[in-house]
Amino acid sequence: MDAETLQQLINGLVIGSVYALIALGYTMVYGILGLINFAHGDVLMVGAMTALQTMLFLMGVAPGMSPVAMLTLALLVAIPVSMLIGYTMERLAYRRLRNAPRLAPLITAIGMSFLLQTLAMIIWGRNYHTFPQLISTTPLQPVEGVFVTPVQIVIIVVSALLMIGLTLLVNRTRIGRAMRATAENHRTASLMGVDTNAVIAFTFIIGAGLAAVAGVMYASNYGIAHYGMGFMPGLKAFTAAVLGGIGNLGGAMLGGIVLGLVESFGAGYIERLTFGFLNSSYQDIFAFIILGLVLIFRPTGLLGERVSDRA
Amino acid sequence: MNELAAAVPWLGKRNPAAARWLILILAIAAPLIAWQFGRSWVRILDFALLYMMLALGLNLVVGFAGLLDLGYIAFYAVGAYTFAFLASPHFEVHLPFWLVLPLGAAFAALAGIMLGFPVLRLRGDYLAIVTLGFGEIVRIFMLNLNYPVNITNGPQGIGMIDPIVLFGWDLSQNLQITERFAINSLFLYYYAFLACVAGSILFIRRLQISRVGRAWAAMREDELAAKAIGINTRNLKLLAFALGATFGGVAGCLFGAFQGFVSPESFSLMESIAVLTMVVFGGMGNIAGAVIGAFVLALLPEILRHIAVPLQQAVFGHVLLDPEVLRMLLLSLAMILMMLLRPTGLIPARARYAHPENLHRSSQP
Amino acid sequence: MKKTLIAAAILGLGLSAAHAQEVVKIGAAAPLTGTIAHLGKDLENGARLALEEANARGVTIGGKPVKLEFMGEDDQADPRTGTTVAQRLVDAGVKAVVGHLNSGTSIPASRIYHQAGIAQITPASTNPKLTQQKYPGVFRTIANDVQQGSVLGKFAVENLGAKKIAIIDDRTAYGQGLADETEKAAKSAGAQIVAREFTTDKATDFNSILTKIRSANPDVIFFGGMDAQAGPMLRQFKQLGITAKFLSGDGSCSPEMIKLAGDAIGANAYCSMAGLPIEKMPGGADFRARYKKRFNADVQIYSPYAYDAATAIITAMEKAGSAEPSKYLPELKKVNFDGVIGNISFDDKGDLKQGSITVYQFKDGAWVPL
Repeated sequence: MDAETLQQLINGLVIGSVYALIALGYTMVYGILGLINFAHGDVLMVGAMTALQTMLFLMGVAPGMSPVAMLTLALLVAIPVSMLIGYTMERLAYRRLRNAPRLAPLITAIGMSFLLQTLAMIIWGRNYHTFPQLISTTPLQPVEGVFVTPVQIVIIVVSALLMIGLTLLVNRTRIGRAMRATAENHRTASLMGVDTNAVIAFTFIIGAGLAAVAGVMYASNYGIAHYGMGFMPGLKAFTAAVLGGIGNLGGAMLGGIVLGLVESFGAGYIERLTFGFLNSSYQDIFAFIILGLVLIFRPTGLLGERVSDRA
Repeated sequence: MNELAAAVPWLGKRNPAAARWLILILAIAAPLIAWQFGRSWVRILDFALLYMMLALGLNLVVGFAGLLDLGYIAFYAVGAYTFAFLASPHFEVHLPFWLVLPLGAAFAALAGIMLGFPVLRLRGDYLAIVTLGFGEIVRIFMLNLNYPVNITNGPQGIGMIDPIVLFGWDLSQNLQITERFAINSLFLYYYAFLACVAGSILFIRRLQISRVGRAWAAMREDELAAKAIGINTRNLKLLAFALGATFGGVAGCLFGAFQGFVSPESFSLMESIAVLTMVVFGGMGNIAGAVIGAFVLALLPEILRHIAVPLQQAVFGHVLLDPEVLRMLLLSLAMILMMLLRPTGLIPARARYAHPENLHRSSQP
Repeated sequence: MKKTLIAAAILGLGLSAAHAQEVVKIGAAAPLTGTIAHLGKDLENGARLALEEANARGVTIGGKPVKLEFMGEDDQADPRTGTTVAQRLVDAGVKAVVGHLNSGTSIPASRIYHQAGIAQITPASTNPKLTQQKYPGVFRTIANDVQQGSVLGKFAVENLGAKKIAIIDDRTAYGQGLADETEKAAKSAGAQIVAREFTTDKATDFNSILTKIRSANPDVIFFGGMDAQAGPMLRQFKQLGITAKFLSGDGSCSPEMIKLAGDAIGANAYCSMAGLPIEKMPGGADFRARYKKRFNADVQIYSPYAYDAATAIITAMEKAGSAEPSKYLPELKKVNFDGVIGNISFDDKGDLKQGSITVYQFKDGAWVPL
């Protein structure tokens, strides 16, 4: 593999890991409620902005604090705040809509997304903010001509750890079993003594926590944050979740990584592949074309087993 | 029309005929009323009518046939660009409006079928995301097809598009009646668009109670059962996409001619979502809902823009929130609260077909 | 009680006296929401400052003292909303408009201003098409893409010594227009275009296109786009070990860009702005300070241009002795004064006659004119 290919692989893995983390939140909620939580991407934004606010505060009161401690503290604030947002959304809006016509929750979620963005705009203004890059972004060169920054390594490692953790949570714990039961069938699960309301709320909280982590990592990597930063990654992650088979945890991870790689290699190589006819201006459609093809030939996504009959 | 009349509060139930006349009078007098507040309101009404056409078309796909389409604006784009290609200095082609309009509609319908074929097997949310992707793909192609051959002029958009000319009568010029009195071009466009919307309503109304409309309803409620009783769901889905797209295409043509300029940023995902919100807000699966949803949501942001600053100054003494922020805030709150308090929309569709006597009555003109 | 009554009476008198003074409305339109809202606000503030300062100085049109009233609208960088707010401004009776920011909104809106017969001076839309429509009321106080692109292309080759150039644009009317003109100029100056890549005006990740560009090993990378993308892009230069020089147009020539690029910006970053450096202009020496004092914010990009646009309108009205477009438009065509950004006078299409461009280099935390 030459340096360029290897570099694109790294680029794809980094962005793919972030997509995967966000996609987990989409897929868990969808698996249990059949709801596309459009506002999930904006929870990511709330996480990043809260972390930013915390860091700025800490820099003011304790300028000499070590970067690791500061980042940890910022996460310790950002994660609960995002979780609270996730819980509030579920409790105040989505819970009341469980038996509503199918599109009502979707529209509510879109409204929720706008609401979060507007509130963020009121609180933090319209401008882009610089996000302190507490983990170094000075690139290392493991192979001649291939660059990777410590923050990118952290992103890949943390994502992997969180995904493993989540898988264990869902498959090995009591609450995980309750989640799976609820996803299978609400009524039956509640007859079996599962407090389905609590399980659903828990799902939202976990998803929001993951989104907060994703948001902080995303902002750290690019060094910027603003009120609309969650929308595009959210949309991409949603695509990734569907690509992998929505409702399926492994699928979301696979979908995220695949999407990241496709985007990265697509943008880098399309011009050469099409003899200059197409170019990187088409990079945003790869996701949708791959998605379309996968769904047409495998309508339940890459790893989906259940036929989605929620329509 | 009947549904719209029934939606008139108080009068609708007591005297449907009077309500119908009321709506007719309001529709004709609307721009005159709006004129009192300024020309911009007539322009806003013109755009509201375009949104009504879009909402009617999308309602056909989502409300009647039950196919969730998040990329509907693509057909609007196809219509607008068709008009721009065939009636502007871009290719130095200036075909008459009467020729371009059906072509725009036909191309949009074709695009609808092109989208329909691959997604026949998909349902619900999968369909939603693929149609969303379709909308984005169309927009991205419009944005980038200026290379290697310049077709769409890329991000620069196409300008100087010909206005609508009906029998040698140019709608973009004020109509001089006498020396002192002229009808503003915005009014001319209003009545032209109103005629299109009225035509669409009549057509869709007939369609809804036709064999096709009832088959769509059956398919929407239970696809398997519909198949079992011999409904050809494949053709019906394609028909829904094609017909829905046709309305989008016509609206797109009108938009291109009215605005005189088209560029890809007018056809973003947000616009698709805006139209869908109109349909759901008004009440899915019924014509009055689509019309009223489009009307309310096209006007609301503009009304907010108008009253936000004076109101805040009167209440707080100074401006707390910019009108732009307030507009977004209230719009998002409206979307959420509406769905929470009235999830079937402003005017819920009635389960008409469950009762044969209703069906009989409503098929009377 | 009596005192209050008297006070109210005096206040009332004062109010009615203020009403007796003639009011001339001047509009401004720019995106105040969305990703470039900070630039839109900057534009609006520039026009507002010009009006406020003129009012403080006292404006006389046709022998009568006149109060200028500012009216700002949000066009959301959307063509359709652009036409709606244009109509709103016209309805409100504005006599001239400063705006819009994006060429994509300026062009459809210009038709409405043209129909209403009023002047539109854009301080930000650089697409040549705007003035090619030959509407008599359309002007701009900023260099257009052709003027700016030809300078940038030549600068890259002759001053930066570039032999191989990579070009990125953000697929907006502005970015693409400027990138195309720069590419043309660089080619004719003898450079080789080794890569032409694309991104969007909403993107934050440029790693894959930059990786591809890195393999082509260019001397200079040109970006046609706004500061919100250029900042993160420079950070990714650093992360990918790219050492090529970075060149961009006025859209990324802001203090915001320096802030967003963080520690990744260095002496390898260049950008251009129309006109002469503000500090060297007689009218602009303390413009930044005045702006900062009034709005408690830094000048981003377009406020000086908007300030000059509004000044041009006021000057023309004063000269013509009338705020009626039919009267002041001929004077507007003839204006000739030194504004904040340099000499303001228009050619027969309405473009800035003296299309001088200044290239800036990043030095010690700020853009320094070369």
